[in-house]
Amino acid sequence: MTENIPQEQEPMIKCRDVHKWYSHFHALRGISLEVAKSEVIVIFGPSGSGKSTFIRILNRLEEHQRGQVIVDGIELTHDVRNIERVRAETGMVFQQFNLFPHLTVMQNITLSPIWVRKWPQEEAEELAMKLLTRVGIPEQAHKFPSQLSGGQQQRVAIARALAMQPKIMLFDEPTSALDPEMIKEVLDVMVELAKSGMTIVAVTHEMGFARAVANRMIFFDNGEIVEQGTPEQIFNNPQSDRTKLFLSQILRQ
Amino acid sequence: MTAVTETIRPPAPPKPVEWMQKNLFSNWFNTLLTLIAVSFIYFTVITLGRWLLFTADWRPVTTYPVLFLVGQYPREELWRPGLSLLLSIFLVGMSWGVWEKYVKVFAIFLGALLGILALIPLDTQTFTPAIRATFLVCPLLIYAGFRVGHLGVIKGYHVALLWLISLITIILVFLPGFGDSTILPEVPTTAWGGLIITLLLAVGGIVLSFPIGVLLALGRRSSLPVVRLFSILFIETVRGVPLVTILFMFSVILALFLPSESRIDRLVRALMGIVIFSAAYTAENVRGGLQAIPQGQVEAAKALGLTNFQITAFIVLPQALRLVIPSIVGQFISLFKDTTLVVIVGINDLLGIGKAVLNLDPEYIRLQTEVYLFVALVFWVFSYFMSFASQQLEKALGVGER
Repeated sequence: MTENIPQEQEPMIKCRDVHKWYSHFHALRGISLEVAKSEVIVIFGPSGSGKSTFIRILNRLEEHQRGQVIVDGIELTHDVRNIERVRAETGMVFQQFNLFPHLTVMQNITLSPIWVRKWPQEEAEELAMKLLTRVGIPEQAHKFPSQLSGGQQQRVAIARALAMQPKIMLFDEPTSALDPEMIKEVLDVMVELAKSGMTIVAVTHEMGFARAVANRMIFFDNGEIVEQGTPEQIFNNPQSDRTKLFLSQILRQ
Repeated sequence: MTAVTETIRPPAPPKPVEWMQKNLFSNWFNTLLTLIAVSFIYFTVITLGRWLLFTADWRPVTTYPVLFLVGQYPREELWRPGLSLLLSIFLVGMSWGVWEKYVKVFAIFLGALLGILALIPLDTQTFTPAIRATFLVCPLLIYAGFRVGHLGVIKGYHVALLWLISLITIILVFLPGFGDSTILPEVPTTAWGGLIITLLLAVGGIVLSFPIGVLLALGRRSSLPVVRLFSILFIETVRGVPLVTILFMFSVILALFLPSESRIDRLVRALMGIVIFSAAYTAENVRGGLQAIPQGQVEAAKALGLTNFQITAFIVLPQALRLVIPSIVGQFISLFKDTTLVVIVGINDLLGIGKAVLNLDPEYIRLQTEVYLFVALVFWVFSYFMSFASQQLEKALGVGER
């Protein structure tokens, strides 16, 4: 699978020596990473290792203080226009879904196509129905988020992110807040998305997902990339002791 | 073999006699308390009932109903407040037709109230058949407005715009008139009084202070230091001063600073004071709602590429305002009652008229209780109604709450 990554193109995401501090806490200590188009990256590591911080830097929900982050050829700086352009190109799915509770599922999905992309409402709604069908819940379009199960809410959140027709999808622990029986329905959507050629960066501990679709797995600890490689390399032949220890802990369950 | 599921019924509620034995007469002390309470209630009700039916003399109210409604507004110009009422009533009906459940109870209540008012036997000398007919038409107009709004042709923003235009025209042009006009001769605000003043100050205060309060609340959380500092300074200054002081400031001190030819009308000055006072409190209430919105909501909206303005307008404010309906309405109710304070700057609102009526006839001096009770009743009806409407609004907006 790894061999198929097209190398000749400019990478979708390019990070060079990215640092982030929370007051005096050094959360990210020089992350350098390139993600190619259509590549699926799984980031994993212990809590507090900086993996969420890193993925949130990719669409500027957090600011990095040193280094360079270039997404789809646009460098993230204080320039608000660049930030808005990058955000329009990247979709993000959160651990807590973060659907807008006062809007229906349909309104949640069409909000940004209508207001950011300036699409006419009918067109946006047509797209929303297509996306809801893709994530398997077209019949829920006119309900409010609170009337859906956790798995359905997360699938709406994915549809909402896809409505901007992003080039990159960021997943920040998308299944961690879900009841066990609902994890699969969300993972199925993510797998389908990965196979469709979407560039994906996912923070997740769903090793089944990683094994099935990841091109590369990246192990974060203490704000650093400790190890990276294909799923086979990481699962069968991890190099670092920290990776071994962490994998043994999460795979024991 | 079929499994038998036994249905267990909840215990039957106790019979009234059992309930009384258990809760009211369980021992000698409870029995004593029950008897004392019952006799207290009995005597209060009897005394009050007897007073209301036989002793109370409502002549000040029944003789001068129009005075309570519009004060000294010239009687030959009464068609102006009358027409204003009818127009507003029609718009209430249209709002009901367009917004349905949000306004329904409000509209029905208002129609019933005005209809009942028309049927009360009052002195026909002052409460002329024309006035009576005006009130009698109100319920019909509300219904007519409802049908018009229900047609589906008129949209919510049309009605909002109509309201805005009508209120501005009524308050700024139609009621005050112009000095040299023959159709609409000027009626100085010194002649206005009674309920019309109370409602004008309350509605004006609410409608104007709400957007200012929301802006101040947003300003207090702004990332721009100048805006934030101004908002904090404004809110804290106004909240630190009693309303009476602010009213004095606006009616006396403001007049000193401004050249006499650019005198602002004293009613407008009072309204400005009320608006500023109310805006500061609204701001703090709204800020409470803003703080209750989880950060994840903003992050999700940012991740979708929405601008800060769009995030505030579509995501944060709608949720925050819904959260603060109870406290905002509570504040508006106290604003409504606080309008009585304008008496101290010489404006005769409903309470002021009540006081003035007592001096109209030497016989009325002993009728203070009746007059003030009547004024209290009017305030209670409106206040209770606001609180009731807010509960309806909360229920209607509760759909899809997290």
